[in-house]
Amino acid sequence: MSELQPISARRRRTDVAMRGLMAAGTLLALVPLGLILFYLIRRGLGAWSWHFFTTDPTGRFIGDPGGIKSALIGTILIVALAALIAIPMGIGVAVYLVEYGKQSKFANIVRYFVDVMTGVPSIVFGLFIYIVLILSGSLGGFAAWKGSVALALLMLPVVTRSAEVVLNLVPNGLKEAGLALGSPRWRLILRVILPTAAPGLVTGSLLAVARAAGETAPLLFTAFAINATTFNLGDQMNSLPIQIFNDVRQAQDRIVERAWGAALALVVLILVMTLTARLISRRSRTQT
Amino acid sequence: MGTDTVKRERGARLAFGRAAPSRVPDRLLKWVLTGLAGLILAIIAFFFVRLYVEANPALTKFGHFGFIFDNEWNVSASRFGAWPLIVGTLITSAVALIIGIPVAVATAVFLTELCPRRLRETLSTLVELLAAVPSVVYGLWGIFFLIPKLRPAEQWFSDTFAFLPFVGGKVAGPNYFIGGLILAIMIIPIVSSISREVMATVPSENKEAALALGATRWEMIRISVLPYSRPGIVGAAMLGLGRAIGETIAVTLVIGNSPNIGNALFDQGYTLAAVVANEFGEAASDPVHRAALIAAGLVLFLLTLLVNLIARFYVVRAERRRFGGGERVLEEALDKAI
Repeated sequence: MSELQPISARRRRTDVAMRGLMAAGTLLALVPLGLILFYLIRRGLGAWSWHFFTTDPTGRFIGDPGGIKSALIGTILIVALAALIAIPMGIGVAVYLVEYGKQSKFANIVRYFVDVMTGVPSIVFGLFIYIVLILSGSLGGFAAWKGSVALALLMLPVVTRSAEVVLNLVPNGLKEAGLALGSPRWRLILRVILPTAAPGLVTGSLLAVARAAGETAPLLFTAFAINATTFNLGDQMNSLPIQIFNDVRQAQDRIVERAWGAALALVVLILVMTLTARLISRRSRTQT
Repeated sequence: MGTDTVKRERGARLAFGRAAPSRVPDRLLKWVLTGLAGLILAIIAFFFVRLYVEANPALTKFGHFGFIFDNEWNVSASRFGAWPLIVGTLITSAVALIIGIPVAVATAVFLTELCPRRLRETLSTLVELLAAVPSVVYGLWGIFFLIPKLRPAEQWFSDTFAFLPFVGGKVAGPNYFIGGLILAIMIIPIVSSISREVMATVPSENKEAALALGATRWEMIRISVLPYSRPGIVGAAMLGLGRAIGETIAVTLVIGNSPNIGNALFDQGYTLAAVVANEFGEAASDPVHRAALIAAGLVLFLLTLLVNLIARFYVVRAERRRFGGGERVLEEALDKAI
């Protein structure tokens, strides 16, 4: 048996250096977040005013560019419709996978394709909706609801996968107790399984909505953009990401300023949803 | 099969004097839900077929091979070869991986092994918030912050290291490097959170064994944590690559949108996704241009599909090795990250 040796100076130095390097890497990852938030607040808050939220973009290059009213309303409407399509459908597919399909071949194929869908770039979804709903011609041209369908396709796999994870956590004892009491499966699903999993389902759905709200690419050639406020989902509609995307490329300071203000509004909207989702999931975790 | 026997047994409950609950809503629900699941398959299949059909005018005019490898994308001459776009996509993605993966893995190591417990939750939430920033906001910040602020540093690098391949010459404002850098920032949260979940599955026996043999903390990480989680990290990196390839708006705003392959890292370029976002609006009147853009979208789709398949292969393999295919910890980690 050799004697216990102290750790050599060289090894200790390497240890300290590598630990420092890991910490530095973490800090480095956070630098962009800090910078982005700093610039957003500094330049975005300057653009905010009552006028900013209550007027539509004027579309004029010189003079008052107007605010973001139509973009804000458009984003809320388009995303709400997308959520109405994607959330029930996604949860439905997840219920199928957990309660009926289980490990059957068909269920595994569906799982696999849901995974494939998460990897599809958002712009490709936009192209697809353009081809199917606009190029075919029978359904008219650009319309807000077509943008919603594109966003819904994007949200669907996210909702499904997160719902599947949550539904798998519902204790088997609870399901068996329901079945033993003679409850038919549909009632078991509606009265026991879905309510038990509700907080998790809300979290997953909110995160999917938050992600869809920031997407620009699928709306580019589906919902298009007009300046005036409209509540008709059959019309073309403005939205925050598209407004920012168009404003950024203008060489006019007041329009660029509007882009910063709109970006801050969009990020606040998304952060509120993300943090709410986290809060719900944390609270339900501490309860059980 | 299993459900059949359950149903028959349920019928036997009539003996207790209660009417058996109607089976109609049960069947209905089952078929509706199965139909929904089948709809997903149908959508993807339809998706692929329609993209291919609409891309066909361009693919037949230039040939599949010609479309991919022809080096000229010229709208006014109506010549469409996707090679400069593919190269741009690959360069920006490579830059994103080279910068993003080490940072993301360092973050994961720090957060799972080194970070004081009090800070862990806060720091990981902050890293994940990076994923909540929309692509267009990254682009906005890239144009008005990254491009002007980094330009002197890029020029210095370009002049000093001009002897390296693909470095040197005058730095363009928007360029491949800026695009890659933005992508690196955007893939850090997903790569780091998957790596973190993977590292959390390293058995504490392995770590304790290393420490008991007198390893320092870093040596423990090097000999037990990193090798054990390597397949998972590779999978995470591939998923990050898939994201980088498909990312559109942020890159469109900072890449310069020039359809020629640049000579250097700091030259302007173009990517597959960016060309679709930029030109599709004006392409409605020209069927060949439109078909070429759809074909570019198809190439993009296939490229991400391939990368995600490889990623999945690694993640699933990492999982098999560890759990014999039983549990699905890694896949759940994936779900959370997605």
